[in-house]
Amino acid sequence: MVNMTTFQQQCYRIVTDSNLSAKQKTNNLALLAENHLPYVELDNQTEQALSERVICDMYEGHAPYKPRYVLPDYSLFLQQGSTWLELEPAQDFDDALNMLTIIYHHVPSVTGMPVYLGCLDTLLLPYIGNLSENDLYQRLKRFWIMLDRNLPDAFMHANIGPADNIICRLLLRIDQELKQVAPNLTFFYDDNLTPESLLALAIGSICQTGKPHIANYNLIANDFDETGFGVVSCYNSLPIAGGGSTLSRINLKEVALRSKDSHDFLTNTLPHYCQLQLKLIEARSKFLYEKSHFFTNSFLVHENLIKPDRFAPMFGIFAMAEAVNILQEKANLAGRYGQDEQAQILALKITEQLADFVAQHNVTYGWHNKAMLHAQSGISSDHGLTPGVRIPYGEEPDPVNHIMSVFAHHKYYRSGISDILTIDETIKNNQTALLKICLAAFKLGMREFTANVTGSDLLRVTGYMVRLSDIANFKAQGSRTNTTVLGHEAAEDRSGFLHRQPRVISHEQNMGNY
Amino acid sequence: MSKTWAIINKILPFSCVDGPGNRLVIFLQGCNFNCLNCHNPYTISLCQNCGECVHNCPHSALSFENGKTVWQANLCQQCDICIKTCENQSTPMTYRYSVDDILSVIRKYLPFLTGITLSGGESTLQLPFIQQLFTQIKNAPDLNQLTCLIDSNGYLAVQGWQKVASVMDGAMIDLKAWDTALHKYLTGRDNQRVKDSIRYLASINQLHEVRLLLIPQQSDLHNKVAEIAEFLNSLPDKPNIRINAFHAHGVVGLAKHWQSATQQDVERFASELQKQGLNQITLPSVYLV
Repeated sequence: MVNMTTFQQQCYRIVTDSNLSAKQKTNNLALLAENHLPYVELDNQTEQALSERVICDMYEGHAPYKPRYVLPDYSLFLQQGSTWLELEPAQDFDDALNMLTIIYHHVPSVTGMPVYLGCLDTLLLPYIGNLSENDLYQRLKRFWIMLDRNLPDAFMHANIGPADNIICRLLLRIDQELKQVAPNLTFFYDDNLTPESLLALAIGSICQTGKPHIANYNLIANDFDETGFGVVSCYNSLPIAGGGSTLSRINLKEVALRSKDSHDFLTNTLPHYCQLQLKLIEARSKFLYEKSHFFTNSFLVHENLIKPDRFAPMFGIFAMAEAVNILQEKANLAGRYGQDEQAQILALKITEQLADFVAQHNVTYGWHNKAMLHAQSGISSDHGLTPGVRIPYGEEPDPVNHIMSVFAHHKYYRSGISDILTIDETIKNNQTALLKICLAAFKLGMREFTANVTGSDLLRVTGYMVRLSDIANFKAQGSRTNTTVLGHEAAEDRSGFLHRQPRVISHEQNMGNY
Repeated sequence: MSKTWAIINKILPFSCVDGPGNRLVIFLQGCNFNCLNCHNPYTISLCQNCGECVHNCPHSALSFENGKTVWQANLCQQCDICIKTCENQSTPMTYRYSVDDILSVIRKYLPFLTGITLSGGESTLQLPFIQQLFTQIKNAPDLNQLTCLIDSNGYLAVQGWQKVASVMDGAMIDLKAWDTALHKYLTGRDNQRVKDSIRYLASINQLHEVRLLLIPQQSDLHNKVAEIAEFLNSLPDKPNIRINAFHAHGVVGLAKHWQSATQQDVERFASELQKQGLNQITLPSVYLV
């Protein structure tokens, strides 16, 4: 193209892309425009750490004008209606579904679509009225299809449980029947409230579709207040009526490479980069709160559906495995992360120190003036870097040893952590085995239990789902679902995850490609 | 005195195919069958200390000391070159575990476990060890909720089963062929004692499962449905049946070129068994063709 500026050429490439939908193009154009603004103001050291990608801003954009993850109080919305949306309070089940359908379109997030749909059974139970099981089934099934078709983003996440009820059971059944990529689903398990038969239903669903994730309700609830929490996007636990304002993450591998040994890592380099990440978080939050007017402008705030002080910045880390392996090598120790006891002790020490740092430092804008520690599960540009504190792909021990080597980390990562267990298809004939493992994992203190059962078309990419058949078709036809685009890209990743194990890493913004 | 240690090939803390729920499976080294279709022939013999494998180990995990092949697990990279070298259907990579050692392994994994399954090789070749282990599990208040199963080729004599009957919860028995001569060709032994084991275990309500391995054109199970059904229907209770589909992956020698059983083969066989009134049939969840 002659006489176009670089910016115009980038726009042109997006506009003329043969696979992106019009909406996907609009989103990419918007992000491109945002990234032509100057970056929020940073000091030199922080800027350098960011440009060297020792700390990473998740490519959220140069000038954050919406929180990363928003978790509105949908229950309040259904009770009070909305002045801004001109809606009366919900009178019945159809009202409730209709109102949710409407509000989802007005909930911003980093993906441009809602990442949280609410704890749907709790939300909808008060509106059942005289509807029969079949009436509910028909309505919920249409609703589920609507979600997948209208909001094609697999970071969109619904919660159900922990108590046994008809809506919870119907949604598990419908999700299993439809085998859709969206929405993603977390089932809350509470050993006091959830009957084993209901957990068994969820486990059966995992064997068919890889969904739901099962969350250890009591353990997570301890980290929140009575307003509650939601599990959104991929394994992020955040306050309801609030959310995650921004997410930055430290690449622990890069920190290890810049350290003489594990002592230097723990006493000098890690604290240094923790400080820089805190500065990055401060700068980004300040722009969001002070310049973007999101929190003064949004009807969600005016109508009390979200509260500015219930948003926490997420203090992320990743590549623990690589960091520990590098530090082990520097000490001439052969034991690898996930396999060796000494390596696990070092890893836990790192986690404890991170948790301590986050607890000791205040942020200007944050829930209780704190950031929340997060084991971040990866984006597709992470080559040779393992998400969060997971064990590297292909090095995982059997599921039981897998759980035993990682569970101790789970209590520290208050805004989310994940490990994906790969389970052979033979489990389908013996689902009690998976149930037993899940219960034991929770007893040990796992925050979330996530299993990929091999052989299904639905495939987990970090935390969200893609369909293998969609990935195969994508190049030729494009895809309706945003995350299939990302999954396709991750599947083409040089590590060749798809050829090894049915799982790949994620990518939440594909800006880097234009 | 009962034997308090065993030669063990492997311990898996997660198995969903060796009995109900999640099971810790202990694979004992050594087998008295020599099946043409064996998927892990290195479990058949005990190491004869010939030392052949030592020179080939690329990680110096093997050495030869005082006439014995010594394996150092911490140096081993599990490359399996020693197994490929061995001409005696064995492996130097085995462990000697005492009953106490096993009990501490079980305790380590306890919250995850529904039970214990002893497999092989052929685990019943080390029956006194099994008897000791199961007795101690049943006598330990923290362990006695675990079910104790034996996965066996069924060649153990009835007197052998009687020794463990009071401390085990059941056995899974493979019936590899119906015709005795064919069974001998496929495994090296006839199947009279296998059928006796099935009958005896059923009579004391300890037949957890009969496993039928379908090998197209090699085994005769699919041609002897009437006879098999008559036999199984004569047992006091209708047994659980698991149909396994033969696949050639990992098989060495003659059987490498045998045809795999397809889903269609297995389903046809299952439906013929069902017509004879056998209803508790588990089919494979995966077919490797």
